[in-house]
Amino acid sequence: MAEIPEHLLKRAEEAKARASAEESSEPSSDQSSETKVPEELLDRTKAASDRETVLATQDSGAQVESPPPPPTTAGPAGHTQRLLAVVKSGSIQDVKLKPVDKVHVWPHLLVVEFVAALAVTAFSVVFSIFVNAPLLELANFNQTPNPSKAPWYFLGLQELLTMFHPMVAGVTIPGLALFLLILAPYIDKNPSNKPEDRKFAISLMTIHLMFWAVLVMIGSFFRGPGFNFIFPWADGLFFEL
Amino acid sequence: MAKQSLSEKLADISEKTKSSQAWNSIFRPGSIFRKGYSDSPRNRSYVVMNSLIYHLHPVKVKRHAVKVSYTLCLGGLSFFLFILLTVTGIFLMFFYRPTAAQAWDDIYTLQTSVTFGLLVRNMHRWAAHLMVLSVFLHMARVFYHGAYKAPREFNWVIGVILLTLTLLLSFTGYLLPWDQLALWAVTVGTNMMGYTPVFGDQVRFVLLGGVEIGTDTLLRWYVLHVLMLPFVAVIFMAIHFWRVRKDGGISGPL
Repeated sequence: MAEIPEHLLKRAEEAKARASAEESSEPSSDQSSETKVPEELLDRTKAASDRETVLATQDSGAQVESPPPPPTTAGPAGHTQRLLAVVKSGSIQDVKLKPVDKVHVWPHLLVVEFVAALAVTAFSVVFSIFVNAPLLELANFNQTPNPSKAPWYFLGLQELLTMFHPMVAGVTIPGLALFLLILAPYIDKNPSNKPEDRKFAISLMTIHLMFWAVLVMIGSFFRGPGFNFIFPWADGLFFEL
Repeated sequence: MAKQSLSEKLADISEKTKSSQAWNSIFRPGSIFRKGYSDSPRNRSYVVMNSLIYHLHPVKVKRHAVKVSYTLCLGGLSFFLFILLTVTGIFLMFFYRPTAAQAWDDIYTLQTSVTFGLLVRNMHRWAAHLMVLSVFLHMARVFYHGAYKAPREFNWVIGVILLTLTLLLSFTGYLLPWDQLALWAVTVGTNMMGYTPVFGDQVRFVLLGGVEIGTDTLLRWYVLHVLMLPFVAVIFMAIHFWRVRKDGGISGPL
């Protein structure tokens, strides 16, 4: 049931009372004395159609131009409109807003975020208590450490350097990878986000990520002095974070 | 008149504080610090609406969006690690001078004679590596959920820019301790950038502030690390977070 505001109900009630009072004082062509709005409306349309048939017969008899009769029912002070009913939005109009299952950010999301932040803080504090950041001896231009390694996230690139010309390994391949990554949403036109609909995209990305992950791991753990291939369990670890 | 009990006094003080102009000027009407908090849907909305949280979150989000198994908190944690790095980084700045003559000594002194110096430097280092990892994993997560698709294409672009900025932030910080690890890691990295076609030498010169790594490089990378890159990253983060909301909240469910 639609909730009709109280003041509107009251106004409608008053208007109805006034209209019925006028109706009883001056008899109109409208025969209906029903107070229910839908009934009244029905009768009115009936009366209108009756009138039209009368006019039509008149027209066929003698071609007399008669102006259409004024509205039979005018409200108090000549109002031609009044509130008939309040219709709840969405019952007639097609409102495109579909109900979404939502939850309050507080507490449901903020608590999760707070706990996650706390966990990461705790982890980094504890880890930092037990593991020290490396600080090797003072920088020395005359003594190149063997091997010299880039930060771990660039070790994939350094690994590529052993296979390609530096311009290809250091600029072209990473540049192309970054460029394709940025363009991903414009290349992949498939609108679905269901894994079963995007087997190709997922395979391609997985291969791409694995490619870098494997290169980074080889560069980090399997490269020793002279950037030669080694086994970390046999020759030791040549890796600083 | 009977002597007031302690709890009555405390209640009186809190009443006076809460009706003071200062208190009411700090907390907006509807703030839980003004009118107290009791659990009701209206108050749950007010917690967000009448605080700074409203800049980050709407009042309500889709139910699946709060599931940890969907996001793994990776984006939020990347942002949190950025804050953690800012806080620890500011602490480190008090004890560090970016010149070839002083940088390494300053780090050494920080570790040996400053209270919590070693701990804070460790935290800065590990949080930095963690942030590179979490930003990378966040990107993978977003890709596997297809969350870069319309209408979120542009936010993906911003995200890739943020990933690049994260790597640059980490890399510029790598040089600052001015030890053997820093010097030679950066030598390897900048030699690679020197192979940029056409402008290679110029790119290298601008990055190093000279033809080879030296005290000018240190100053340059220090300014990039503590000021310019964070500044740019914050701007892109602001756009990134704003777009998450404007594009209809986080994606999904699958």
